[in-house]
Amino acid sequence: MMAIKRGSLYVVLILIALLLFFPIIYAFLVSFMSTKEVLMGHLIPKSFSLTNYIDAFQALPLLHSLINSMLVSIITTIGQIIVCSLAAYAFVFIEFRGRQFLFFLFVSTMMIPWEASIIPNFVTVQKLGWINHYAALTIPFFATAFGTFLLRQHFKTIPKELHEASRMAGLGHLTFFLKVVMPVSKTSLVTLGIYCFLTTWNSYLWPLLVTTDERSRTAQIGLRQLHAQENVTQWGVVMAGVVIVAIPTLLVLFLGQKHLQKGLMDGAVK
Amino acid sequence: MSEVELLSVSKLYGNKQPYIIKNLSVTIESGEFFVIVGPSGCGKSTLLRMIAGLEDISEGVLRIGGEMANHWSPSQRDISMVFQNYALYPHLNVRENIIFGLRVKKISHEEREKRLLEACEMLNLTDYLNRKPRELSGGQRQRVALARAIVSQSPICLMDEPLSNLDAKLRAHMRSEIRKIQRQFGTTMIYVTHDQVEAMTMGDRMMILNQGEIQQIGRPIDIYNHPANTFVASFIGSPQMNMCEAYYDGTSQELRINNDLKLTMALPKLKTSTYIIGLRPEYIHIPQPNNSNQTTVQVVINHVELLGNDTLFSFQVNDQQWTAKWNGQWLFEPGDKISIALDADAICVFDKGTRQLVHSSIKQDHDELQKGVLA
Amino acid sequence: MAMENPTSTGKVPSLNMPYRTFWEKTRPIQVAILFLLPSLILFSVFVFYPLFRTIYLSFFLTNQKGLPTVFVGFDNFIQLFQSADFLQSIEATFLFVLYTVPASVVISLFLALLANEKLKGIHFFRTIFASSLGVSVAAASVTWLFIFNPTMGVLNRMISFFGIPEINWLADPHWALLAVSITTIWLNLGFSFLIILGGLQNIDQSLYESSSIDGAGYFYQLRRITIPMLSPTLFFIMTVSLINAFQTFGQIDLLTGGGPGQTTNLMVYAIYKDAFVNFNFGKASAEVVILFLLILIVTLLQFKFVEKKVHYQ
Repeated sequence: MMAIKRGSLYVVLILIALLLFFPIIYAFLVSFMSTKEVLMGHLIPKSFSLTNYIDAFQALPLLHSLINSMLVSIITTIGQIIVCSLAAYAFVFIEFRGRQFLFFLFVSTMMIPWEASIIPNFVTVQKLGWINHYAALTIPFFATAFGTFLLRQHFKTIPKELHEASRMAGLGHLTFFLKVVMPVSKTSLVTLGIYCFLTTWNSYLWPLLVTTDERSRTAQIGLRQLHAQENVTQWGVVMAGVVIVAIPTLLVLFLGQKHLQKGLMDGAVK
Repeated sequence: MSEVELLSVSKLYGNKQPYIIKNLSVTIESGEFFVIVGPSGCGKSTLLRMIAGLEDISEGVLRIGGEMANHWSPSQRDISMVFQNYALYPHLNVRENIIFGLRVKKISHEEREKRLLEACEMLNLTDYLNRKPRELSGGQRQRVALARAIVSQSPICLMDEPLSNLDAKLRAHMRSEIRKIQRQFGTTMIYVTHDQVEAMTMGDRMMILNQGEIQQIGRPIDIYNHPANTFVASFIGSPQMNMCEAYYDGTSQELRINNDLKLTMALPKLKTSTYIIGLRPEYIHIPQPNNSNQTTVQVVINHVELLGNDTLFSFQVNDQQWTAKWNGQWLFEPGDKISIALDADAICVFDKGTRQLVHSSIKQDHDELQKGVLA
Repeated sequence: MAMENPTSTGKVPSLNMPYRTFWEKTRPIQVAILFLLPSLILFSVFVFYPLFRTIYLSFFLTNQKGLPTVFVGFDNFIQLFQSADFLQSIEATFLFVLYTVPASVVISLFLALLANEKLKGIHFFRTIFASSLGVSVAAASVTWLFIFNPTMGVLNRMISFFGIPEINWLADPHWALLAVSITTIWLNLGFSFLIILGGLQNIDQSLYESSSIDGAGYFYQLRRITIPMLSPTLFFIMTVSLINAFQTFGQIDLLTGGGPGQTTNLMVYAIYKDAFVNFNFGKASAEVVILFLLILIVTLLQFKFVEKKVHYQ
């Protein structure tokens, strides 16, 4: 009885996993095919030659765009963690008049889609002379309601006594923040970090608008160009580009999945 | 019939050692209040969950009502269970929580309402029927969990530390409440606790478990008087039994604790050797003048606790800290030197190697007196 | 200390007192402002100011630099609602929401229930099920572009195996929006799955044990315990998916470019074209305002009607 149930569960799990993972596997397989193989519609490449990957790197400054994406994602992640944790700290550990109102104001920004502010933001960034600079790709994303909210939820679980004890010991807010709150909250900082890295790496519309020259493009926009250039003929090369662009985030996801699942959940519902 | 029999039951996760439960056999009679007690991690909750069908039985046989029940699903076993955290459905109100199981069993509306009303009146829940669990106090939640067990009218009820989340006063109240309900319905109750007071006061019989193995089964008072080994001796009773090593000389019939403290007593079954002896705090008495039959000794008090009606004080015996319990209020100070008398008849003697009881001669306290009062 | 009473000592200059007490009194808010300052500045510049600026711009005609020139009142809005293109784009957006949101939630719930079973190696399956979270819009779109390719793509090869004639997925007005929706659902699954799985694991195990003693079966437990207990999570994921669906851009840009025949010209893509291809900021701003109001209304409606069914603990 139990064995049959378990066996059929595995069958269902494997079938669904294959179906869901198929696009990724498919991209991976096609990335090794020659143009002829692609045209014939093969599913498995004859040999795993790296020609397409070399071509992909040669067709565009793909490497450069990968470095751009990496740097932009890392800077945004660090910036967001700093800015959001500062704000979250104020909402949890400092009692001041208007705290409720300010928090409501923060949360309400979650309701405003980024797209709704994209036109003035584009003009602002232009005026600041940030077009084609990392500043345009990173600084606007340092402050997020989501990050503040997530960290606030975690900070609230830190016992008040810890704060009181540190005040008795003469610690100021900044020392308490740096020496106690941040180390204690490592897990939720990692969660936010992973989430922020993924979303920044994968963002598309904004980088498309604020980068115009090849040297400042991110990997996503690089992919768009690769596809525009090679469209009709060189599918193998395009797929090689897809695999290259997807690998860093897939790795981050696989390594940080447990964190992400638990941390996001806490932020979302509690 | 609703007795529960365990025959050589064992539990281990995977095929790996160690055993969570090891070769355990016991029969719990129909209508009996049976308490399983032991320190945390002794396997008592696992055992209960095996009886409930929530954990597989790795080896051995479980019989319920005389029938082999190892592979019955939890619902087939016709039991009710009260969980330590109560397991109330947070999205359902008290009424729905209580009749959840009855709905599952497709019991008619009239019958459901009847049982609900009955249980709620018994437990004073009638005013809270429309509240959600989070709007209730700890004690009220506990009673909802209890009501859920009652309305199921299952002949067997399992409880897993149901009182551990309540404060001391409420706990004392619920102890008698649960006992009353169990008597009223004649339920077979299997009750897990780590609290030896609950075990002593509630159970018809109790089983003491340590590291997955039975230490002793019996009536609470018998276990108290004749603990099967040093583990039981120190686990049951508060403050715990005083223990230390002593040398028994068979020829002089003398039990020598140290050079100052020797008890003359005949223990014909024992060889000359070193044993562990135990003596409960209440058997250390105030020396009575003109009584030559007592063993008195001078001790230096190092700690005093005045409880109001009793006084506890501690002193050193060899390398052990002993405690005595005297009736009334004694204003001792640490450092005071006093005389005490040991009741030799109340001494338990354990084998030093096996730690098993080899001698105890306590008769049930005031056996004779009690008869007089009852008449 | 400043606590001394000036009337009794007379030594403390009375002028100093109110200033000091005010400083002392507002001390927490000063510290708080310091901590909040970075967020406040960034929100002001990149969220609040643009919101009002967009509304402002929507009442103007704008020049090539995006600066307002002539105040036209509601003309931009009136023109939009008279334009068949824009109405088509609203319709497409709503259809897209309808295709993607319920499907994403239902499928990820199903996946999460499967992946919540206690089996050996379940972590591997969880990772696979979550994997689309690690794939960017661009990478996913390009991949699906090839899958949908009418001659070389695997999808048409598969359906031709069953004897169904080739479908020109992305160029056929009947199929294009559906094809984009499938891509989007696949992209959504990873995130929704992770969140719902987290929600499932937060449910107290003893509730299931207690009900299994009562004899409740799998589906009874699903209906009476799992779904109600999970409802806050499901509501959260629905809201997030809804807002995301309204903001879809990358898939359209890469898969269809809004075509064929405007059938996939979702609102954000239309906004992008009007603002950054045609440089008509006034019209685009009016579109943004409408999009924002639509999101607001739909979200509020959802809160009003769906949230009632949500059981918070």
